[in-house]
Amino acid sequence: MPHDPQQPDAKLDHYVRLLSEAEAIRGVSLGQDAWRRLRRNWVAMVSLVFLVLLGLSALLAPLLPLQSPIRQDLAERRFQPPGADGPALELAETSGGAFEEEIRALFGERTWIDRRLIRGRIALFGQWTVPSLCGTDDLGRDLLARLVWGARVSLMVGLVATLVSLVIGVSYGATAGYLGGRADNLMMRLVDVLYSIPFIFVVIFLITILDDPAIKTRLQSLGINKIMIFYAVIGAIYWLTMARVVRGQVISLKQDQFIEAARTIGASRAGIIFRHLVPNLLSIAIVYLTLTIPSVMLFEAFLSFLGLGVDPPDVSWGILAADGLQVITPVKVYWWLVVFPGLALALTLLALNFLGDGLRDALDPRMKNR
Amino acid sequence: MILFLVKRLIWIGLTLWAVFTASFLLMSSVPGGPFQSERNMSPEVRLRWLERYDLDAPLHEQYTNQLTGLVTRFDLGLSMSLQDFTVNDVIAQGFPVSASLGIFALVFALALGLAAGMVSALWRQSIWDVALMSLATLGIALPNFVLASVLILLLVFKLPIFPSAGWGSLEQLVLPAICLGAPFAAYIARLTRTGLLEILSQDFIRTARAKGLPARRVVLRHALRGALLPVVSFLGPAIAGILTGSLVVERIFALPGLGSHFIEAATQRDYSLAMGMVLFYTALLTTMNLLVDLAYAWLDPRVKLD
Repeated sequence: MPHDPQQPDAKLDHYVRLLSEAEAIRGVSLGQDAWRRLRRNWVAMVSLVFLVLLGLSALLAPLLPLQSPIRQDLAERRFQPPGADGPALELAETSGGAFEEEIRALFGERTWIDRRLIRGRIALFGQWTVPSLCGTDDLGRDLLARLVWGARVSLMVGLVATLVSLVIGVSYGATAGYLGGRADNLMMRLVDVLYSIPFIFVVIFLITILDDPAIKTRLQSLGINKIMIFYAVIGAIYWLTMARVVRGQVISLKQDQFIEAARTIGASRAGIIFRHLVPNLLSIAIVYLTLTIPSVMLFEAFLSFLGLGVDPPDVSWGILAADGLQVITPVKVYWWLVVFPGLALALTLLALNFLGDGLRDALDPRMKNR
Repeated sequence: MILFLVKRLIWIGLTLWAVFTASFLLMSSVPGGPFQSERNMSPEVRLRWLERYDLDAPLHEQYTNQLTGLVTRFDLGLSMSLQDFTVNDVIAQGFPVSASLGIFALVFALALGLAAGMVSALWRQSIWDVALMSLATLGIALPNFVLASVLILLLVFKLPIFPSAGWGSLEQLVLPAICLGAPFAAYIARLTRTGLLEILSQDFIRTARAKGLPARRVVLRHALRGALLPVVSFLGPAIAGILTGSLVVERIFALPGLGSHFIEAATQRDYSLAMGMVLFYTALLTTMNLLVDLAYAWLDPRVKLD
């Protein structure tokens, strides 16, 4: 750097050059930066693509030319190995009340959106169905269709219950961290106590009680079904880690230098919270979101596997895995009934874990611009 | 130390009390008691039933009766579905099965996890490291019932090496213990690898190497002790996970352990048995966590118990 007092022009030149250099550099937001780094992580990207495709096919399950997930055929289609032909839907009519009745028989009680999609599917594909690529089960139902419809329940429980836990965890943790002092101490002690309770057993007990016929009818009259109970109960037990992490982050951020700097240059309080605090919480929240979803899905599968999960005709992957294991006998091994539900669960959980790890690396602020 | 123990025991007591109260309230919220769904029950018989399970007393009396029975005699009451069995009987029958399964699984997880983690860390970025760590990722993501199904398909039906289910011989314990321990072996392998790599880059390891110690001694005597700390603190969650996992594994392999009884109680609506077992699990887990904390403080002199 020129330090010659006889040449003030040179110094000025230097600053002008620095300024133009600085102008040439474009600011990179946290999101852009993270996305750039995530894109270089091919394992995470493959997982992301897989999950997006899975989510889309679960969402649009009624539109896909799948066989009926609930129609039984005990005479001819029991235990068909993978690859058997798919029967046509055999709809007698394509409109009117009788048609609605047939749709209900084939796909169960569905919302109007799903019924609209099913109609779209019939318009698109006619009565043709995909062959039984994953075989059929002991009641002659198509496994592929059950897997796709089951993905709806499994993914939905994972997503919604995680969001419930996110809302509870972030607000609890942020409040504790923000208040500090005695309130913080008390709130975190409560979390410690809750941590030491083996919630899975308590939840199973709770679900047993809520499954009691008397209570069940009362809940149903309030419009609460099993899946909603799942959302609430699972969400209510998975927030503990999130609360701890968010609290720690808030506490360390409160005294961080860049917050101090923002205050020094006169940023408003709301500006500090929304421009500086929340984005820093967001990255941690996203990472924990992707890491909580698989454990919630696993828990749902676990409960369904034990026969404490969603009620038929709804299916979830855990129920399918349990059904497959039940029909194994030494005489005949229907491997597809075990392998495909397990594969669906394992691939999804694996993809979620990889994506969570990738996001954690990508959103790490220490890695910025690297 | 004594103060720490007393404090922790008080916390355990409070936790148990909270769980007891919550489950008592839940249980009493079932209208008409658990026998309401029994249709063919004459009023006289019903009265006898209610009397037998002390359900005819007012709610607060039931609460104090059960609580005093629990505190003074460790008495968890009668089972509602298994005739002539107390909850204590069921636990006493199931616990040895579950405990041996759990210990087997934990030993398997520790042995496999530590070995795999050390190999990965010492031969970093070799083919072994990549293979073992990919396997660990798979092990963490794979639900244990999926693993169990696949292993049963392969090792019981395709190649008949193991008996499929049941309880009695050591052979019958191998497959369940592997299924139960596998995810924890995977976690332990990862923790060991990270811990060992971190320790191996520290100054005192360089010193140990510089003074000419053989590599084996450096790793086993100096590095491993520090690298084991994260593994020890993982033991608490691992024990909790093994207890949970045993619910599924015992059911798949038809082992007459606590987990089978608990699920049976839940599906049979045997509320008193289910509640007693929830309490037992809570007590077991909090005690285990206390032991793990003590072990941690003993291993790491920097940790102060307070």
